Amino acid sequence: MSTSTDPGFQARLYRPPVPRFWWARRRSYLLFILRELSSLFVAWFVAYLLVLAYAVGQSESAYQRFLDWSANPFMIALNAVALGFAVLHAVTFFQAAPQATVVRLRGRRVPPTLLAGPIFAAWVVVSGFLIWLVVLA
Amino acid sequence: MEERITLQVARYRPEQESKPTFEEYEVPLREEWAVLDGLNYVKDRLDGTLSYRWSCRMGICGSCGMTVNGEPVLTCAAFLSDFAPGPVRVEPLRNFPVIRDLVIEMTDFVHKLGRVKPWIVADDEAPPEGAHGEYLQTPEELEEYHQYSMCINCMLCYSACPVYGLDQSFVGPAAIALAQRYNMDSRDAGNALRMAELSGHDGVWGCTFVGECTSACPKGVDPAGAIQRYKVTAATEAAKSLLLPRAAEK
Amino acid sequence: MSGRSGRSGPKRSAEPFIWLGFSAGGVVAALAIPALLFLFGLAFPLGWIDPPDHAHLDAVVTHAVTRLALLGLCVLSLIHFAHRFRFTLIDGLQLRRYDQLIAAGTYGTALVGSVLAGYVLFFAI
Repeated sequence: MSTSTDPGFQARLYRPPVPRFWWARRRSYLLFILRELSSLFVAWFVAYLLVLAYAVGQSESAYQRFLDWSANPFMIALNAVALGFAVLHAVTFFQAAPQATVVRLRGRRVPPTLLAGPIFAAWVVVSGFLIWLVVLA
Repeated sequence: MEERITLQVARYRPEQESKPTFEEYEVPLREEWAVLDGLNYVKDRLDGTLSYRWSCRMGICGSCGMTVNGEPVLTCAAFLSDFAPGPVRVEPLRNFPVIRDLVIEMTDFVHKLGRVKPWIVADDEAPPEGAHGEYLQTPEELEEYHQYSMCINCMLCYSACPVYGLDQSFVGPAAIALAQRYNMDSRDAGNALRMAELSGHDGVWGCTFVGECTSACPKGVDPAGAIQRYKVTAATEAAKSLLLPRAAEK
Repeated sequence: MSGRSGRSGPKRSAEPFIWLGFSAGGVVAALAIPALLFLFGLAFPLGWIDPPDHAHLDAVVTHAVTRLALLGLCVLSLIHFAHRFRFTLIDGLQLRRYDQLIAAGTYGTALVGSVLAGYVLFFAI
């Protein structure tokens, strides 16, 4: 313990600097930072959804203007990227969720990998319901 | 002639240099040789001044962790032939201060280990129920924490964790996994004692679930999963003490 | 055992509650956003699927249950965004020393966005 608090010992330690963009050095770190950046597109979706709801609530012509606006190439490109990040978020979140959840069957913990199946099935069901509600109902 | 492979070994000699440099050594490439055997060859035959830690050579003592070709590994379990034709870059564990060559300073980790109380805290009001005063435990109860008890304190998970690299006050993967090892033990009554440390400012909330601790662990402990599970436990307790303040005071 | 920045212990800390919001937001965002973004961001604008007519969409959006569901989706998604983006900034760009400022900015954005969502969904349409 005396060495670890000795100022001479402390001064001789080499402390490697952490590069500012440390996450660019490893594939797994890069994937992590992309996953984290999905939150920006979650916020973008909320804004887009509110503009849509507002337009629909205003009038038929406002809704038509929204559809025209959403069809310009910049918006399509932005939403294509946003969709990519939304899917990345969904897949990573559903993979992570079983790690935190403990489900017991007959007193034994169900292996996290087995929980992924029902979770992804729920995603398909909810997505199907939303598409039905918007397009088919 | 025997096949050989080049080791590029990080050297840091504070009396003669202010930051690490690399030195190259040619060692025999033998099928059964791990990186650690290569380092021992260097120490015995080529350069006796090289410093590094090792002991058991069988993945139990947890002292030979180093960064090999950028990955945190136990050098006794990383085989030279897997890196052929080389070169093999051997550096000290990342995220720790370096004392000399491949030897890192681990005081911070040792202190953190103590702070989470990784031992069985007895409940004085519920003495052991066994006939001779021993604690009884079923195989199912053992299975609850068994995985976490495999930790050998090798610190590979700290080396892989970017959160610890950025903020040394973070309690970190192995300490939390070991706290969970005792929290989930049916003989233990220390859950509430550990909560201040685990759910405090430097506890589980700093973890952003990068998951690299679990990938790095040589013993299959899954610290990332332990941290996620503890977040659920701590959040449930916090919600309970908000909704039922009187029950929480007891 | 004192925290570095003198923040209070776990009993009064907001972190567990924010984390619950972050997790709930992560779940609803993961369940709902890909399908909705696919429809309104790509499928309708690119003509893969005909967009629903105004009368139908108006009936769906102004239904009380939809308003509540959309408000829940917006608020929880914004909490999820704020919490995750806070850590992206303090870890990804090494700005931990500005954590309090960043937290005020991200959670503040979520709060303003939530109020705006409530206004749009319950008063403006």
